[in-house]
Amino acid sequence: MSGTTVLPRQAAARLAGTPVFALLGAALLIVAFAELVLGPVKLGPGDLLAVLLGEGERGPSAILLQIRLPRAVLGLAVGFGLALSGCAMQGVLRNPLADPGLIGVTAGAAVGAVSVIVLGNYFMGDLPAPVRPYALPLGAFIGGMLVTGFVFSLSRRSGGTNVAMLILAGVAVNAIAGALIGAMVYISDDQQLRDLTFWSMGSIASGNWMQVSVTTALAMAATLGLLTMGRSLDLFQLGERAAFHAGIDIEREKWRIALMTAIAVGAVTAAAGPIGFIGLVAPHMARLIVGPAHRNVLPAAALIGGALILGADLAVRLAVPPTEPPIGLATSMIGGPFFLWLLMRRLKRGSL
Amino acid sequence: MRRLPSLLLAAALLLVQAAHADSPQRIVSAGGDITEIIYALGAGDRVIAVDSTSNHPAEAASKEQIGYIRRLAAEGILSLQPDLLIAAHDAGPPAAVEQLRAAGLRVELAPKGDTPDGVLGKVRFVGKALGMDAEAEALAGRIETDLSKAIETAKSYTDSPRVIFVLSERDGAPLVAGAETSADAIIALAGAANAAEGFSGYKPMSQEAIIEAAPDVLLMMSQTVERLGGIDAMLARPDFSLTPAGKERRYVAMEGMFLLGFGPRAPEAVRSLATALRGG
Repeated sequence: MSGTTVLPRQAAARLAGTPVFALLGAALLIVAFAELVLGPVKLGPGDLLAVLLGEGERGPSAILLQIRLPRAVLGLAVGFGLALSGCAMQGVLRNPLADPGLIGVTAGAAVGAVSVIVLGNYFMGDLPAPVRPYALPLGAFIGGMLVTGFVFSLSRRSGGTNVAMLILAGVAVNAIAGALIGAMVYISDDQQLRDLTFWSMGSIASGNWMQVSVTTALAMAATLGLLTMGRSLDLFQLGERAAFHAGIDIEREKWRIALMTAIAVGAVTAAAGPIGFIGLVAPHMARLIVGPAHRNVLPAAALIGGALILGADLAVRLAVPPTEPPIGLATSMIGGPFFLWLLMRRLKRGSL
Repeated sequence: MRRLPSLLLAAALLLVQAAHADSPQRIVSAGGDITEIIYALGAGDRVIAVDSTSNHPAEAASKEQIGYIRRLAAEGILSLQPDLLIAAHDAGPPAAVEQLRAAGLRVELAPKGDTPDGVLGKVRFVGKALGMDAEAEALAGRIETDLSKAIETAKSYTDSPRVIFVLSERDGAPLVAGAETSADAIIALAGAANAAEGFSGYKPMSQEAIIEAAPDVLLMMSQTVERLGGIDAMLARPDFSLTPAGKERRYVAMEGMFLLGFGPRAPEAVRSLATALRGG
């Protein structure tokens, strides 16, 4: 991990021997383990072992394998996907406030999902029964992909993907998406309205292995792809012209990053609803811990994003059983203050 | 012949077991109407937890709380070690219901019902799920008699006031009940007319459409009125103030589950609404 790129001295000093990544990895493993063993239903070590050996009773094994494990897996996919997408967008646009929501991917995914919820009964009947449960994630995914394709072809047509153009197109797409969702809400019946509200709160309690595996496969593919973009993102920080002279094909790199971001965000939004905040905070925290070099920020952001989502989910599951508040509440409550605390600490040291 | 006693004993044991399987003792109930029916059947002591829409009878409110009926948390419910989840037709999310079934919990979803027959259907359904068919039949009979009397009485009024039911106010547009809503159904049973015509479900209604509809009475849930800080906020709106209801300050506020639940209190709801709409 210790690269030969010129790191700021402070970060380089702290990365010597990279115990940081060992610590972040350990933290993520601990949270993931807690996600599996803790919950409103108390399972003893004996239960857990029995389930692992395939001899568990129906109740405990359903709780572990059908409720907690899919949540943990989906949580990791959501955390990795959102953190890396945010990280890559911030890098490409050289804007610390950039977010997948910016180019309208999240909004596109939301339109897809909302369309399925509201218009579903017109075509659900024609779908084979086993496919029906996946219509919602598929709709969200298609919506996210369509928007990305549209925004990019638009900005390419203007001769090169210019950042301002991209952001403006994103603004337009967000506005159109808002109008489409408004129209859907208008024609929905009260049952659908309640489904909409439920989906828009965000949750990783999808519990459906099929859906979890599709989402995870897509998010992980995008995650692995984004993890290799460290050098390009570092060069992007010098400005596009300098990056071009440093020998990277900036158009191609931007396309790759955008496509992977769209895949990750589309898949994640489909499965878990619009969970905000992680794409913005995980990269920031990572930069505070490992410095600005993307080859370090990317993996650190992924580990932090995963830990944040699982921590938030654990918090909502344990807070007020037998009920469960929406996860978005916890991501803000855990992430917000912690992020502020980190900022304050940096401020005191005068190194913000 | 000597084996007969042991055979009889075995049969008796089987019967006892079957009876126990059909009469759950740790019930989680989701849906205010379903909870009311369980209590009306006299099985309230078997309920261990209810959802947030179960606010009647008062004892139900003291049970463990599982949250909103459409946002059930599977593991939270399992942690209560229930032997039955009985819920209204719209309980969800579907994934949570699937997970509960996968964990071996018996889940019974009631049929939809905001008609007189629907009420009876729900009562019989709960009776079947709780192994109390006879009690349910008796209760359904009582409700049926009472409900038809209430509907007859409501029909005998000579006037048919035009009513608008406002569910909530979002972004300044009142969300109004059209056709195919429980509000529309109870208004009709009370011998009145829903002034909101031409759409179904709950829709935001424009100011001009409200003036055009010219309702005689504004109907709302008392919870909504409280949230808005009183009925004046609605009656003073530029649209409602120009309708007969606004000019004469005719409004009715009733507790939501009582008015729209279509449970055992449906006859009472029809009677109170019919009287209240005529200024009684």
